[in-house]
Amino acid sequence: MKQIAEWALAMAVARGASHAEARIVDERWRALGTRNGRVAVASDGESLGLGVRVLCHGGWGFAATQELTKAGVERAAALAVEIAKASARVQSEPVVLLPEPAAVAKWSSPCEINPFAVSIEENFALLRKIDAALTAVEGVTLAETSMTFRRYEQWFYSTEGAAIHQTRTTTGAGFAAHAFEGDSIQTRSYPNSFGGQYQNKGYELVAELKLLENAERVARECVALLKAPQCPEGRRDLVLDSSQLGLQIHESIGHPIELDRVLGYEANFAGTSFLTLDKLHTLRYGSELVNVVADARAEHGPGLGTFAYDDEGVAAQCVPIITQGRFEGYLSSRDTAAKIGRARSGGHMRAEGWARVPIVRMSNVSILPGEKPLSFDELIAGTDDGIYMETNRSWSIDDKRYNFQFGCEAGWEIKGGKLGRMLRNPSYSGITTEFWNSMEAICDRREWTLWGTPNCGKGQPEQGMGTGHGASPARFRQVKVGGAYGS
Amino acid sequence: MNANVMMSQDECGEIFARVRRAATVSDVEVTVTGGRSALTRFANNGATQNVSEEGVDVSVRVQMGGRTARATTNRLDDESLRRVVRQAEELARVQEEEPGLLPMLSAAEQGSSEEVERHCAQTAAMTAGERAEQVESMVAVARREGLNSAGTYSCGESFEALFNSKGVARWYRQTLAEASVTMQAEDSSGWQKQNYTSAKPLDARRLAEIAAEKALRSGAPVELAPGKYTVILEPSAVVDLIGFLVADFSGLALLEQRSCLNERLGTKLFGENITFVDDVSHPLQTGAAFDGEGVGRQGLTLVEQGVVREVAMARGTAARIAGEELGGQVKARATGHGFGLPNEGGEAAANIVFKVAPGEAKTVGEMIAATEQGLLVTRLWYIREVDAYEKILTGMTRDGTFVVENGRVGKGIRNFRFNQSVLQMLRQVKDLGIPVRACGEEAFEMVVPAMRVGDFQFTEVTRF
Repeated sequence: MKQIAEWALAMAVARGASHAEARIVDERWRALGTRNGRVAVASDGESLGLGVRVLCHGGWGFAATQELTKAGVERAAALAVEIAKASARVQSEPVVLLPEPAAVAKWSSPCEINPFAVSIEENFALLRKIDAALTAVEGVTLAETSMTFRRYEQWFYSTEGAAIHQTRTTTGAGFAAHAFEGDSIQTRSYPNSFGGQYQNKGYELVAELKLLENAERVARECVALLKAPQCPEGRRDLVLDSSQLGLQIHESIGHPIELDRVLGYEANFAGTSFLTLDKLHTLRYGSELVNVVADARAEHGPGLGTFAYDDEGVAAQCVPIITQGRFEGYLSSRDTAAKIGRARSGGHMRAEGWARVPIVRMSNVSILPGEKPLSFDELIAGTDDGIYMETNRSWSIDDKRYNFQFGCEAGWEIKGGKLGRMLRNPSYSGITTEFWNSMEAICDRREWTLWGTPNCGKGQPEQGMGTGHGASPARFRQVKVGGAYGS
Repeated sequence: MNANVMMSQDECGEIFARVRRAATVSDVEVTVTGGRSALTRFANNGATQNVSEEGVDVSVRVQMGGRTARATTNRLDDESLRRVVRQAEELARVQEEEPGLLPMLSAAEQGSSEEVERHCAQTAAMTAGERAEQVESMVAVARREGLNSAGTYSCGESFEALFNSKGVARWYRQTLAEASVTMQAEDSSGWQKQNYTSAKPLDARRLAEIAAEKALRSGAPVELAPGKYTVILEPSAVVDLIGFLVADFSGLALLEQRSCLNERLGTKLFGENITFVDDVSHPLQTGAAFDGEGVGRQGLTLVEQGVVREVAMARGTAARIAGEELGGQVKARATGHGFGLPNEGGEAAANIVFKVAPGEAKTVGEMIAATEQGLLVTRLWYIREVDAYEKILTGMTRDGTFVVENGRVGKGIRNFRFNQSVLQMLRQVKDLGIPVRACGEEAFEMVVPAMRVGDFQFTEVTRF
């Protein structure tokens, strides 16, 4: 791979680039799934290619190819320089890159059991058992199961001397039951919606998730939702499970702290951010209990945002985002951090694959667990009158990330410190900073889970990315609920 | 960059022959897709990102009786092709037999479909310099008006080919050019986006002018109370709402009872003025005229005068529907809208065209003139499904929402959140415009009209 990168870097420099990076990615994936007992997904895939990013005359250029011959690589590098020169023609100001030590490193995410080595028969046998357990519950009209595995190997070289070889193995698994009756289609998923849980782990994750053990319970909850009363409209104390809180973090913290959005680079598509530069170190983002970090380091856990180096060669870091409720940091890159006078990038440049240019992305943006001991049962016991909501069903937020609305799959009344009857179609909405300032309790480390969001979309051309979000269940005061179905 | 990246039908056929030689089973299908694309992105009135990519993927599907599986690679050497064939065979071999899986499509069954030619050599040959000129033309409008612009200009060409061991042979190519622009003022913004299979009709400067006019006009926005309003939805707003509805026009979704059309087939679900079809041959449409198995794409009358008439069906779906109770409610036929097998979703209509009689179509100006009190909506944003059966969608207005009073466009407003059943919305359409090719951000492009809709429900207002 080093030879391929050298062809690219040498050609880029020869054509006039002042800086060049070559990323070679060799990716493999497998997707398996069933629907109502039938095989719905059975596919393997692989992709190998090169992306060359260059700076020339202060403008960016990027070209990608799968033709890894000397001629193919040199054509890509030359095209990247030609594109950079065209960029410079319509540039407001030249790009400045903050300095970064040129790392020479090799890293792999921990993987106890290679998921590609587990027999496909065994994979399907488990999925079929789960599927059968779901459809055995009367009233279930559709059962879905899935497993996905991915191995992402990348070699990064730059004209600064970086040579970084990283490999990430990702596993995902989950299931969902759907029920239709009368005027309602209801869904319950496990352990999370939209495919379940995803982490940078091997096949060991599948056993940890206890999928089969939870299938019947989840299917029964799905059918019970058909007869459950509608979530009321009004203001209530709201308890969120950790997976929903993870998505709340993703949408109302993770995206607005992206510095490229703040600087207007995403104005045409993903949007901008209410977190203008004057709010850094001054805005009270949340209550004193809200402590959020963007942590790409392995010690944070096997999140989809865990790596050793980002895709422009910056080492993984833990960046404080919100400390005791105060807004303290952005997600940044070498050029965006330079624009706001920072000394170093936060290390958040990530690309979907070899064919796409790195852009500012979340790593693991997580809320830290409460320091005081508080179990989930104690959190509920401390809630006199409220609603508990679990597992995301819908999510929407405006393009500056103020106003949000989330729907969940299931809700339960909380009365006198106890979970009561189930509620269907629960939803809640609010304004980002008002919501986070209403957080009055969060469970401790025992209840903290590092969730994986495998499909975050951003950029033009759009790129999908996996991000991590650690969260414990938490309680929020007097949140607007039920508005999605309100008058 | 690579001359081979746009493969001819013969070159794709040669790959199929190599795959077939490597296979140990007789039923083999190969899909070859590829192309190149380039995009220049700008913000703050200057280029921020400029990219080019190219590639070819070979996807192999094998079938062994009632078992099928797929493996894909972008490596075209013999060893890699042999490897993906082995992987597909291994994935298929361990499955249990699925009695309902149809034999691979034969040439006799593939059906005819209208040939569509959507490749423009000039568009395919556009350079980074030519894209820069288009960006300059949009930025110039922003500078002239004292606005801050952001957007993209992109172009590309692509192909797809499908062959199988039963004699099916399909090939298609197209080009696409697209411009998108956002104009930002101090407290307001405007937006436009368009794409065509040729760069010739794509007028980036004109899009920038319209976006700028919207940004300037919506400055100092006023805050209105949430509630039900008559809205005039421009085509970009319409396309993103309809996009959440058309996935339900699927035979498999009906079989699995996950469609909002469950128990509603043949009923008058929408207003008398709502008729839309699926028509791949429409001159403003894009895409191949065959599906993921090679079945020729047929025209569909999805809704006729408010009544659901047809849904898309893959071959397997049609066979299942014919044998079930649903068969009496909807005609079971393979319509050429199936996804490649195996898959989770079954099929989808992909070439939506609304039908509005020329004499009945109103211009947006006429809709405004007919509105005593209402709102003009440029586009919608972050739409998600709140309720699968009533098809309640939530989302935000964005980049140019205006008061309409006494037949005239007034001030801009702070953006609203809506929670609106799209089924109900299509029962409340007062006027329709001339259908045009419209682009949004949540759905694929369609040929849809502007709509004037009564009692559209907004539930919250945001801060800008």
